Amino acid sequence: MTDTSTSSGKAPEFQAAPAASDPHLVVLLLRHRSIFWGGVLLALMVVVAVLGPLFTVDPVALNPINRLKAPSGANWFGTDYLGRDTFARVIYGARVSLVVGLAVSLFAVSLGLIIGMISGYIRVLDAVVMRVMDGLMSIPGILLAIALISLSGATLMTVVIAIAIPELPRVVRLVRSVVLSVREEPYVEAAIASGTKLPLILIRHILPNTIAPLIVLATYICGSAMLTESILGFIGAGIPPEIPSWGNIMSEGRTYFQLSPWIIFYPGIALAVTVLAVNVVGDGLRDTLDPRIARKM
Amino acid sequence: MTGYIFKRILATVPVMGVVALFVFLMLRLSPGDPAAVIAGDYATAEDIARIREQLGLNEPIFVQFFTWIGSLAQGDLGISIFTNLPVTTLIAQRLEPTISLTITTLLFTIVVAVPLGTLAAWKSGSLVDRFVMLFSVGGFSIPVFVLGYILIYFLSMELRWLPVQGYKSIFDGVGPFLRHIALPTMTLSVIFIALVSRMTRASVMEVLQEDYIRTARAKGQSEFKVLLRHALRNAAVPIVTVIGLGIALLIGGVVVTESVYNIPGLGRLVLDAVLKRDYPIIQGLILLFSFVYILINLLIDLSYCFFDPRIRY
Repeated sequence: MTDTSTSSGKAPEFQAAPAASDPHLVVLLLRHRSIFWGGVLLALMVVVAVLGPLFTVDPVALNPINRLKAPSGANWFGTDYLGRDTFARVIYGARVSLVVGLAVSLFAVSLGLIIGMISGYIRVLDAVVMRVMDGLMSIPGILLAIALISLSGATLMTVVIAIAIPELPRVVRLVRSVVLSVREEPYVEAAIASGTKLPLILIRHILPNTIAPLIVLATYICGSAMLTESILGFIGAGIPPEIPSWGNIMSEGRTYFQLSPWIIFYPGIALAVTVLAVNVVGDGLRDTLDPRIARKM
Repeated sequence: MTGYIFKRILATVPVMGVVALFVFLMLRLSPGDPAAVIAGDYATAEDIARIREQLGLNEPIFVQFFTWIGSLAQGDLGISIFTNLPVTTLIAQRLEPTISLTITTLLFTIVVAVPLGTLAAWKSGSLVDRFVMLFSVGGFSIPVFVLGYILIYFLSMELRWLPVQGYKSIFDGVGPFLRHIALPTMTLSVIFIALVSRMTRASVMEVLQEDYIRTARAKGQSEFKVLLRHALRNAAVPIVTVIGLGIALLIGGVVVTESVYNIPGLGRLVLDAVLKRDYPIIQGLILLFSFVYILINLLIDLSYCFFDPRIRY
């Protein structure tokens, strides 16, 4: 483990983090076992999600004679109550899950980054923003998402926003804490003394320090967003049923669970494996990028 | 001390205020006419007008807010649109199963996770430790309801040990109650056990490095007492904190678990309300759950000085 216990020693490493072209860092990351295997699994999922639907049958094609068939050579994962091929639907559903996971983490992180930087740097706003975040944090995330969706109607975009909003406070708190510690650093004081404008200080000196912990947090948010999406789909408040998602496939399988449990099991396994891969990568990234937290966990 | 408690209680007021304001604005600022959204696709003009009247949407927004806060302060959560019953009555009817499930889950989690985490920290690097770490990553990756169905499949359908679904009140006998609540409790506990055992492991591991642990061992204290009295007691604060933060996770899980096992609790109430767009119920439950979350975390904050006498306010 590298010595990065002092925050001043941490800065250069964090600045190097975003540069993906730096072979040193990539090698370092891939050498980590959990990042490597989690990454392989995730890459596989992405390939399946992107190319898979080209090779399967139509996920929405009805075939009522073939309804609720057990897994077989023709229908690897069996069929649902309308005779649709569960395998095709699960493959297609991977797209929704991955898109939601990615979109939620991007949205939550970028919005949280802006709010957190402003809150951490402008003292007057800080108290107000943090109280709002405390309030938001005390509303159970799933309930908040359900309420937001029930008011705005379920589309891919509203689902993404509704899942992202409850995740915001975590991002804001993290960014704010980084800002508060970095703004006391000598190099920031030097920048202020030499007359650097505030936006430039934020972008050039504060932002790079937030990137490593944010990447770690973003992976965890991605994992939990995929879980939340499936829960929303499962209780009938998620992506509309015309688009097969792991959540709504399982939701439709509920009634027939005792007859054909595979309609729930296969998408459930696919989801668990994907989220597991994301979380494992997250753990690995945390160990490599942020050894200060890693030692604690 | 009393001064601190008072200050801490006072500090929850703005947080509750933010929650209330948020819940209030969510309906009013949602795109489109909220009355029409709630009334649904097949509503007539009269239905919409009636709902608008019922929610007081015809008043200016400030008047609406203060009337709403005023009745909220008196414990009035409004009237359900579809059943025409007060939301508080509906909540009271559904409260018992949810409270039972939450308490059994909390107990089960603490009984399993704390010893497991302590053991993992004590035998760091051993098989138990690896199992705990694996379990904690896995527990966070599997959706609550999938886990529920897996348990139903194996324990109820294949082995026929436990009933598939349903709920029996504890007042109808302890045996049936436990048989019905066992699966939901296990389902809901998994993610919570993952969280708490991981935190226990980390916290105990750190404490085990301390000098006083070496001293306790040197004076011949039994290893069990070292772990219990010296290690666990000093590791308690982060563990208790994470249990409090996990309450939010638990509340989200309750909604789903109740739906999987057909338990007529608050979770089912909220889901039925979502399907019917009965906004006063959704709103009331969000307020209630947030209130509980804030209250529990307040109590946990105050419990710190019990676990760690060095903390004085």
